[in-house]
Amino acid sequence: MLGSYSGELLKFVKRPAVWVVAGVWLALLLAFTELFPYIAYRSASNTQLAAGLLQPLLPAQLSGHAITGYPVWGGSLILVLGALCSGSEYGWGTLKTMLSNRPGRLTFYFAQLATLASAIAALVIVAFALSSLASVLIARSANVELDFPTATALAQAMAAGWLILVMWTLLGASLSIVFRGTALSIGLGLVWILAVENLIRYTASLIDAVAQAEKFMPGADAGSLVAALGAASASQTGIAAVVSGSQALWSVVLYTLLFGALGAVILVRRDVQ
Amino acid sequence: MADVALSTHGLTKRYGKATAVDGVNITVRHGEIYGFLGPNGAGKTTTLRMVLGLVRPSAGTAEVLGRAPGDPAGLARIGAMVESAAFYPYLSARDNLEVLARHANVPRPRVADVLTTVGLAARAGDRFASYSLGMKQRLGVAAALLKDPELLILDEPTNGLDPFGMADMNDLISRLGHEGKTVLLSSHNLAEVQQICDHVGVIFKGKLVAQSTVDELRGSAVLVISATPIEQAEKYLVGLVGREKVSVERDMIRVNVDGHESASINRQLVLAGVEVHELRREERSLEEAFMAMSATYAGTRGGSDAR
Repeated sequence: MLGSYSGELLKFVKRPAVWVVAGVWLALLLAFTELFPYIAYRSASNTQLAAGLLQPLLPAQLSGHAITGYPVWGGSLILVLGALCSGSEYGWGTLKTMLSNRPGRLTFYFAQLATLASAIAALVIVAFALSSLASVLIARSANVELDFPTATALAQAMAAGWLILVMWTLLGASLSIVFRGTALSIGLGLVWILAVENLIRYTASLIDAVAQAEKFMPGADAGSLVAALGAASASQTGIAAVVSGSQALWSVVLYTLLFGALGAVILVRRDVQ
Repeated sequence: MADVALSTHGLTKRYGKATAVDGVNITVRHGEIYGFLGPNGAGKTTTLRMVLGLVRPSAGTAEVLGRAPGDPAGLARIGAMVESAAFYPYLSARDNLEVLARHANVPRPRVADVLTTVGLAARAGDRFASYSLGMKQRLGVAAALLKDPELLILDEPTNGLDPFGMADMNDLISRLGHEGKTVLLSSHNLAEVQQICDHVGVIFKGKLVAQSTVDELRGSAVLVISATPIEQAEKYLVGLVGREKVSVERDMIRVNVDGHESASINRQLVLAGVEVHELRREERSLEEAFMAMSATYAGTRGGSDAR
């Protein structure tokens, strides 16, 4: 398994598309969670509004604020990463090369998942480092005293962020195995995160049955998990306490296992052409 | 059956109503080079995929080096290239092999060794996407050799190679055979199969129609005689060796006898008053044997509906 993991890691780090996705993800994260809110704060017409806009950007709010982008748009890009990594094996025909030359199907699959999970861990660490730096700079520019969250709160936020992104990347990977490629899996995955979950969120306020269903949606549960860690609710980022923090955590864990198992079962059972 | 490296028993694959492989029984012994022949779509690649565990049979079984197809312990002793060589386009040849080596726990120096073996050492740092078809095929063979396997399964390894590359590849496969490796070689190139294979299996429309040594498949040599008067010569030869062994085609008499009888036949024809203008031994090539089988079993030169 370690050999397979190391092989997958080599493929992963040498793939330009991985760095493009990671770079765009970090750039968007900084733009939407730090830069644009900071510009809004600077452009605020009154002091009360400015104070409200500044508050989430300060280091004290880092644990919740840094992962506000993860449930929706952050997750969607990471879904693309998962679909690219697993789905390209079909497009290039490399799945047959790999599986006819040594690793068992499950070993190969779990090595890919382990690579994705460790890469996402690294991405989350870099993202938190950049968010911390941005929050310090913002606090300094606003002449606010530096006050950081506890190490436990930061660790919880990083773990929650990692879990949410792993859930979405596994959805991308398993969809790409279901559809034997990247295009349809990315398309459907993005439609789910960006359109379907949003429509459900909107309709939930109108129809009670949909509101009940919303509690079991992966995106809504990811938003609830982030909300439980102190992030401000916002419809555009999908952050809302639809369910409790512990229920959200269990739900995200179960979806992660479900998406991982879906890909494994199909990969093991289906013929490789 | 200790000398059997690979065997299939009633191996069958159906896709809906179409039967791609129909009850195939092949036996490949340790140390032999086995040619697997058949027209496009006959079911060769599907059979190889089943043997490697990529595709599950609809019926029948296969055993490869004492293991079930796709068993990682078995795959560790098999090197394979199925259909065209497929690798990661953004990686160099060296990195592609490095990925496979890590998966298979193969020592790193082996990567350089196999790249040298297939003549790609000088271009090892180039991206796979920039390779020609022939270079891609060479890399596919290099990947198959990476684990120094007991059994090599090569599907059309000379596809896309120029004549020099084909000759190099055939030399390499022959050398591997002489080193004691078992090779299952699927090929369209009948001259190459005739040259390097010990046994052959022929598949048409998913069915294995022949399995024998190359010489058995080609059949014995014939004597081709040009003589006048031809009627007298034919009558005399029928009396000499029997009606079933004599035929006349385009003013030439073909006699199915061993080549060492040619001098005796020549002398007896002359003594019988026949003028012998030409007498030569003619061997049927594997290609001729294959085409004759094609007419018998497939009805055409084309394949079936196999995938």
